[in-house]
Amino acid sequence: MKKIIKYVFTDILRNKIVLGYTAFLLVMSLSVFNLEDNTSKGLLSLLNVVLIIVPLVSVIFSTIYIYNSAEFVELLVSQPLRRKHIWTSLYTGLAGSLSLAFLIGAGVPILLYAPAGTGAVMTGMGLLLTIIFVSIALLAAVITRDKAKGIGMAIFLWLYFALLFDGLVLFILFQFQDYPLEKFMLVATAFNPIDLSRIMILLKMDISALMGFTGAVFRDFFGSGTGFIIAIGILVTWAAVLFWLSLRRFNRKDL
Amino acid sequence: MIIANNVSKKFGRLKALDNVSVTCNNGECIALIGPNGSGKTTFIKSILGMVMPDQGFITFNGKNILHDWQYRRYIGYMPQIGRYPDNMTIGQVFNMMKDIRTGSGNNDTDESLVDGFGLKPLLQKRMRTLSGGTRQKVSASLAFLFKPDVLILDEPTAGLDPVAAEVLKEKILFEKSCGRLILITSHILSELDDLITQVIYMQDGQVKFHKKLEELQKDTGEQKLAKAIAAVMKRSV
Repeated sequence: MKKIIKYVFTDILRNKIVLGYTAFLLVMSLSVFNLEDNTSKGLLSLLNVVLIIVPLVSVIFSTIYIYNSAEFVELLVSQPLRRKHIWTSLYTGLAGSLSLAFLIGAGVPILLYAPAGTGAVMTGMGLLLTIIFVSIALLAAVITRDKAKGIGMAIFLWLYFALLFDGLVLFILFQFQDYPLEKFMLVATAFNPIDLSRIMILLKMDISALMGFTGAVFRDFFGSGTGFIIAIGILVTWAAVLFWLSLRRFNRKDL
Repeated sequence: MIIANNVSKKFGRLKALDNVSVTCNNGECIALIGPNGSGKTTFIKSILGMVMPDQGFITFNGKNILHDWQYRRYIGYMPQIGRYPDNMTIGQVFNMMKDIRTGSGNNDTDESLVDGFGLKPLLQKRMRTLSGGTRQKVSASLAFLFKPDVLILDEPTAGLDPVAAEVLKEKILFEKSCGRLILITSHILSELDDLITQVIYMQDGQVKFHKKLEELQKDTGEQKLAKAIAAVMKRSV
C-alpha cells in the first residue's frame, strides 16, 4: 500500500496544480496579514478563503484527478493488489497532498501571525474541510462513470454545502420563527461541515456576540470543551462515512 | 486451474455472460473465439476480478477469487487496449510494476520481450506519445515480465507489426512448451492455428462449445481453424 501511495503522491506533485494552489494560498494569506495591521481582521478575511475556496479546490481537483487516473486504477486492479488498498492509497495521496498544500500555504502564515486559539482552530478546520471534500469527490467520481456528470455532481455538492444549505436553513427559520428552533439549529449545523467549521472558527473570534440568541446557544454548546470535541468528531465522521461509502462502491465496481 | 461455474453478468439489459461454465487446466492453450460483443472480454475481466459476476463463481487453483487478490500474482494479463498513466515513461511503468509485484516474492523477471520488441531505447518516452502498436508491445512485455503461470492475452496481435507479431507468437509457443495455461482471444484465426490446443466458442454471452482442436477438426472435416469455425457458424445458422 505504501508503494501505491508513493506513486500517487509523486504523480500529484508532478502535476503543477497543487503547487499553484499552495502558492495561491501563500500569497493570499501573506498579503491579507500584511495589509491589515490587526491580525483578527486578517483572520476574518481568510475565513472565507478557508470556508469557500479550500473546499472548492479540494473537491474539483480530486474529482478530476480520479477520472484522469482511471487508467492507472485499471492497471492496478489487474495486479495482485487489494482494491481496498488501491482506493485507500488514492485517498491518502489526494488528502495528504492537498492538506500539505493547505498547511504550507495557509497554515504556516496563520500560525505565524495568529498563533493563539483562533489561528489553530482555523488551520484545523481547513485541514478537516480538505479531507471531507476529498471524500465527497471520491464518492462523486465512483458513482458516475461519466466524467462531465461526476464533476458536475461534485460542484453541485460544493454549491449545496457552501450556499444552498444556508438558504434552506434561513428559509425554515423564517417560516417557523414563532417556534423555538435552537435545538433544530444545533442539529442542522451537524449536517453541513462548512457551517460547522464556520461556527467553530467564529466562536473563537469573539464576535459570536453578534450572532444573536442562536449564537448564544451555539456558544453554550460548541464553546465548551465537550462541544468542541463533538464538533471535531462530527467532522471526522463526515470524512470517514463518505470515504467508506465510496470504498464500498469501488469494491463492487466493474472496470 | 481456472474453473468458472455458471457465471452470469448483466450490463443493464444486456446479458454479457449467460451461465458460462468453463474449466481450464495447466499446459493448455485455449482460444476464446466469438463474434464482437459475445462476452469474451467480459469473461476475461471477470477472471481477473475487474468485473464482478452477478451470479456464479470462479475458482483459481481451487480457491474462490471473490475477495481474493493474491491469485493475480500468477496471472499475466495483456488487455485489448492497454491504458497507462499518460505522464509516466515506459521505464517508469516497468519499474512501478516491478516494484508492486516484487513485493510478492518473485524477484527475477523475464525481459526477453522487452528486448525482442526493441523497447530498451524507448524507455524514456512518455506513454501518451506512444503509438498504438508500441503500447501493445508494452502491454505484452508486462504480461510476460513476471513469468506467470497463467497468461491471458486479449487480442494480442491487434495493432502489432508483422515482425513484432512473430516475436510474440514465438514467445507464446515457448511459454506453452513450459506448461503454462494460455488464454487467447483473437479474430485473426489463421495465426492461432499452430498455437492453440483447445477452442472455446462464445456467442451472445453463452459458451457454444469447448472442444479440443483435433475434435473440432474431426467434427467439421476441416484442417484450418478458420474454416472449421466458419463451418460451425454456418451450421448453427
